[in-house]
Amino acid sequence: MRVPRTLIIGAALFGMFLAAALLSYLWTPFDVTALDIAARLRPPGAVHWFGTDHFGRDIFSMIMVGARTSIAVAIVAVAIGIGIGTPLGLAAAARHGGLLDEIVMRGNDLVFAFPSLVIAILITAVFGPSALNAIIAIGIFNIPVFARIARSGAVSLWTLDYILAARVAGKGRLRISIEHILPNIANLLIVQGTIQFSLGILAEAALSYVGLGAQPPTPSWGRMLADSQTMISFAPHMALFPGLAIVLAVLGLNLMGDGLRDLLDPHLRRWRQ
Amino acid sequence: MLRFVATRLSSLVLSLLVASIVIFAVIEVIPGDPAAYMLGLNAEPSAVAALRDQLGLNGSVPLRYLHWIAGLMTGDFGVSYTYRVPVATLIAARLWVSLPLALFALALSTLIAFPVGLLAAARRGRPADLAVMGTTQLGIAVPNFWFAMLLVLIFAIRLRWFPAGGFPGWDQGLWVSLKALLLPAVALALPQASILARIMRSSVLDTLGQDYIRTARAKGMTRAQAIRRHALKNALIPVLTIIGMQFSFLLAGAIIIENVFFLPGLGRLIFQAITQRDLIVVESSVMLLVFAVITVNFVVDIAYAAVDPRLRRRR
Repeated sequence: MRVPRTLIIGAALFGMFLAAALLSYLWTPFDVTALDIAARLRPPGAVHWFGTDHFGRDIFSMIMVGARTSIAVAIVAVAIGIGIGTPLGLAAAARHGGLLDEIVMRGNDLVFAFPSLVIAILITAVFGPSALNAIIAIGIFNIPVFARIARSGAVSLWTLDYILAARVAGKGRLRISIEHILPNIANLLIVQGTIQFSLGILAEAALSYVGLGAQPPTPSWGRMLADSQTMISFAPHMALFPGLAIVLAVLGLNLMGDGLRDLLDPHLRRWRQ
Repeated sequence: MLRFVATRLSSLVLSLLVASIVIFAVIEVIPGDPAAYMLGLNAEPSAVAALRDQLGLNGSVPLRYLHWIAGLMTGDFGVSYTYRVPVATLIAARLWVSLPLALFALALSTLIAFPVGLLAAARRGRPADLAVMGTTQLGIAVPNFWFAMLLVLIFAIRLRWFPAGGFPGWDQGLWVSLKALLLPAVALALPQASILARIMRSSVLDTLGQDYIRTARAKGMTRAQAIRRHALKNALIPVLTIIGMQFSFLLAGAIIIENVFFLPGLGRLIFQAITQRDLIVVESSVMLLVFAVITVNFVVDIAYAAVDPRLRRRR
């Protein structure tokens, strides 16, 4: 099987940020909590590769540590979505047209109708701004996404002969869902997971940009951008690099998602040719 | 058709009901007493109690919910704790910024996405298509508030063509106001246009694979003729659904962009109201947004079913 080029490029891009995030636990060029007012607002150069911010902190190091925040928030938010949404979707499909199915679908429509960002802001405002509450706010909106994907994938599988055979063999709906349906919708979930991962990074950046994400002194890309805003006219590098980090990480994940879909979905591959 | 409308209508009412309960419940959980907040730290407890009474905060929870809903239905959205003006007046004033901004952004996004998506579909696999797919891939990855900051840096600070923020008000002249909304609208429109162009492209490609297009081609139509005559109309159905969704997203999603440009819009109102514990403003404006989203989707659904009988059978 040929690995799609988008998958390779995407994995390389995102892998770079993952590596930076992991490396930041062991080493960063500078300490991100050390303030050095004498060296503030330095443009990019040999010592500070991406320059320094208004407190003299090294922007390259902050981006490394910021990658940690972004990835952690997005990954847990996706886990919430898959962990709660998938069982809901599977259960709804197992009794297709039943009461639970109706409730799950209506509930989904409802969540989609809410302006997600406003609700996320509301949630973080209610429970106090923190990385954890940002995770919950983003994660809640991942639940219906995975519920819908799992349900639609499962509903079409339930009509197939091998499922009928399993039922004739006396397996219950729960066992069939876990043993036969789940492995066959795993591809769909993985592809959607990559997409929600990238959306999670964007959402975390937006929340911490308005001050509702990770709190100081934990560096986050969104707040670095917020800090840079008043200084953009004389220190544009402060705005440039965190923004580029977001774009490249999200781009990497999106390309990975596209590549994975091509790799894992034989139907679509045929259609593309 | 009547049955379809009735089903959709009942689900619309149900959605609104559940949404209102959820919003009310969330607001109930918010810590902090608005009366104490309004009067400051040194307020007499008796004064706080009197104000709570005046604001109607002492009633039972179901009673307050019903009071709120009854008010919403009659256009009485309550009185803002901090601004001390009717919430309806506040929201109306902010809508004059948010609504034109959303429409402006939607128009830009549609005007860009339609021709671009169509071009990519028509030139599938060729350099033009690859360029469009590459650019839109990048457009989706760019956070709109960062793009907004770059626009400010280039067009407001360096070139001084547009104001960096603020809104003069429509009474200062149409051109000045539109100029203030242009950069925010572009910032909002770019990621939306990228998504829309991709949907347009895949929708046209889907339609081109249909039998009736093969028939049209077999009759001797060129590819371009077949697209213009038959594919375009059918391809627009999913695209218009997305446009409907994007409108509501733009209305609500402008909250961040409004912060970048210091625009006095609905999103900024909600954001400020949350931080100031002005709960009645939050409650009513979030409900209004949800109402707008649900209603727009409902209208879009009905409109399609009216145009395309096939959709009436779909759930």
